[in-house]
Amino acid sequence: MTGPGTWLARHLQAALGASGRLARAPLATLFTIAVIGLALALPLGLKLFVDNARAATGDFANAVDLSIYFRLGTPIEKVRQLAERARSRPGVASVKVIPADTALAEFRKYSGFGAALDAITDNPLPHVLGIRPRAGADSTAELAKLKDYFASWPEVELVQMDIEWVHRFNAILEVLRRALAVAAVVLAFGVLAVVGNTIRLEIQNRRAEIEVTKLVGGSNAFVRRPFLYTGALYGLLGAMLALAIVFGATALLAPAVADLAAAYGSRFTLLGPGQDDTLRLLGGGALLGWIGAWGAAARHLRAIEPQA
Amino acid sequence: MIRFERVAKRYPNGREAISGVSFEVPRGEMVFLTGRSGAGKSTVLKLIALLERPTRGVVTVNGRSTGALPARKIPAFRREIGVVFQDHKLLVDRPVFDNVALPLVVADTPLREIDKRVRAALDQVGLLGKERLLPLELSIGEQQRVGIARAVITKPAVLIADEPTGNLDPELALEVMNVFRRFQEVGTTVMVATHDMHLVREFGKREIVLESGHVRDARDVHVPTIGAVAP
Repeated sequence: MTGPGTWLARHLQAALGASGRLARAPLATLFTIAVIGLALALPLGLKLFVDNARAATGDFANAVDLSIYFRLGTPIEKVRQLAERARSRPGVASVKVIPADTALAEFRKYSGFGAALDAITDNPLPHVLGIRPRAGADSTAELAKLKDYFASWPEVELVQMDIEWVHRFNAILEVLRRALAVAAVVLAFGVLAVVGNTIRLEIQNRRAEIEVTKLVGGSNAFVRRPFLYTGALYGLLGAMLALAIVFGATALLAPAVADLAAAYGSRFTLLGPGQDDTLRLLGGGALLGWIGAWGAAARHLRAIEPQA
Repeated sequence: MIRFERVAKRYPNGREAISGVSFEVPRGEMVFLTGRSGAGKSTVLKLIALLERPTRGVVTVNGRSTGALPARKIPAFRREIGVVFQDHKLLVDRPVFDNVALPLVVADTPLREIDKRVRAALDQVGLLGKERLLPLELSIGEQQRVGIARAVITKPAVLIADEPTGNLDPELALEVMNVFRRFQEVGTTVMVATHDMHLVREFGKREIVLESGHVRDARDVHVPTIGAVAP
């Protein structure tokens, strides 16, 4: 008598019934969804902030590069020769030669001091080698050894390593990431509580129906099913609202961020939620709603037994 | 089909509703359960439908003892018993069709079959064509018959009814009781709790009389059709 088709039809019916009931009380539904949406929008927004901060600051957030500044007047041929020597050094992944002319051209282009630079006849900038340490050879001790090695060359004026700054920046990002995790967990519990309470009220309102259903042989699973769908639907709709909020906020902020980036000579554009984030939020929202409803149903449905 | 062996039921408030109740209703028989209000009629029916479990003694329905049945098997047990209530317990916000279909829906019956059987059940109680009406749009007698259609739609082996004619005038009461008799005639075991002695006499079926929680006697108003009569 029961086949997979019937099973599917029952679940479809429960899902449709749940959506119908939500639609019949639009105001109450809207409030519940708004609360869930705000609770989910917050961690998503925070995650986007961290992602964007990392994207905006680019590679140097992770890689520790050394900049080798040569004494003014060092011929570029000598610099290229030393670059070759640096390349053969173990622990070095790549070496980039930045001649003084190139550096000046870039500085002129991006700094906004073009007019002031025109007043200077000689190029005040030195030749520079950008050294990227090999992955695995970038511990503090090894970097210090590398730095000492380059500093010992007589042509070198200064070896700069922005390791402190990189550490601090990474630490800030790490704090934000943890804050994000904590906020996500706390707000997930908030969603569970909201859905659970809403479902509890719904169960109370439909007490007579539940009693009669059990009376004619409805199992706990059968009685529970529509409430689980209702919960999942709340979560899903809340997640959709959260996405709408975050996409809206991204769209509002994007022009201002683009202006800011342009002022720093960057082509960085604000990233919205990616496909992965979107799917994860929708799935997570629905799952939270389902779990919240399950908790409420498990507690309150058992207590309702038919009375003749 | 229904057997009570020295059954007692004490409620949490300490009141002992019945004690030492023994009787047997063989398959396919129709019996009346009579007695004053408070004599324990409702308790007997609740014990049969497994809305309550016995405090002492053994209640056997459909060959299964209700005392030991695990909770997860109760739904399947209830699907084999049709119950009709005095206040009919219909869902007033659902049309007649949905009310009657409910026992099939909870049993995962295919939709096509549900449609067919709901119409058949409504036809049996004379309500065909009223599927889309809400219960409150029907008369009291019609509401009661919707309750009966819901109770019999699963073709239960046992049909029990608690004062099904309590709110009806004599003519409607007779009509409803005739519906029960028709089910008995096709092999259903029927037990009707009532205090309408006039109807009981008119129908000439066996009567189990409860008096302050005990069975007074199981006198036969009429020779039972099938099976032996328990002491």
